[in-house]
Amino acid sequence: MRNLFLMNILLALIWAALTGSFGYINIGFGFFVSYGILWVITRGRDDVNYFSKAPQVVSFLLFFIKELVKANIQVAYDVITPKDHMKPGIVAVPLEAKTAMEITLLANFITMTPGTLSLDVSTDRKVLYIHAMYVEDKQAFIDEIKNGFERRLLKILR
Amino acid sequence: MTDILIIVFSSLGALFILIAAVGLLKMPDFYLRVSVTTKAVTLGVGLILSAAAVSFSSFNVTTRVIAIIIFIILTAPVAAHMIGRAAYFIGIKMWDKSVMDDLEGKYHRNSHTLGSNATDEEDNLL
Repeated sequence: MRNLFLMNILLALIWAALTGSFGYINIGFGFFVSYGILWVITRGRDDVNYFSKAPQVVSFLLFFIKELVKANIQVAYDVITPKDHMKPGIVAVPLEAKTAMEITLLANFITMTPGTLSLDVSTDRKVLYIHAMYVEDKQAFIDEIKNGFERRLLKILR
Repeated sequence: MTDILIIVFSSLGALFILIAAVGLLKMPDFYLRVSVTTKAVTLGVGLILSAAAVSFSSFNVTTRVIAIIIFIILTAPVAAHMIGRAAYFIGIKMWDKSVMDDLEGKYHRNSHTLGSNATDEEDNLL
């Protein structure tokens, strides 16, 4: 998958060099053309999952931006109104992610959504401790993390 | 059209940074302050940088904006994690209306290792 992505970028750059303009519209167009070419020449090979992963990455990024904006508005509402609605707490979320890469990305994305801050990972890498601003129900919170971010992220990385 | 985009992006960005500043003063405890500032500022800076990218609308500015946003998203959570962890170690209390604290009694005071469930050596735990 990584090789195909690098090859895709390389072909896009070759396209830009051949057409002689390095504007982003032209490079983007070259990227799409080489994406199509790579799809054609790797068709029928079972070990290639680049073309099913690419739409998932895009949908994950859109999901992340949606969560980011939604949660920011929630926190902003809490900051500008005088009453405190928070129910903060530290929750232990069991991890399905195993490798360092998966855990790092998951913890980073959790911290980037407002209201949650990943504090630490247990030494045996089984539990992630998250400080959350709104813990209405512990189980519901854990399910939200596991079904939202973790499931989508692992689908992309594995 | 581009003017409207620039106005919307930069005003929203400034607004989110303002809210983060107000939150820094208003939030009741340390962890909530870290929580509010890291993200609202990231979104605010991201929006202001996007406004700059739209305004210049040239290739070299746009690539720099994308690089800066990627590096902020990669580094800000790491800083927040280290600050929050250090704060928990030196025993900064959470807000008294906090609902739960799953971290309580999981850190080993000497080895700084962190267990995943309740351990038995009571006197070494934080």
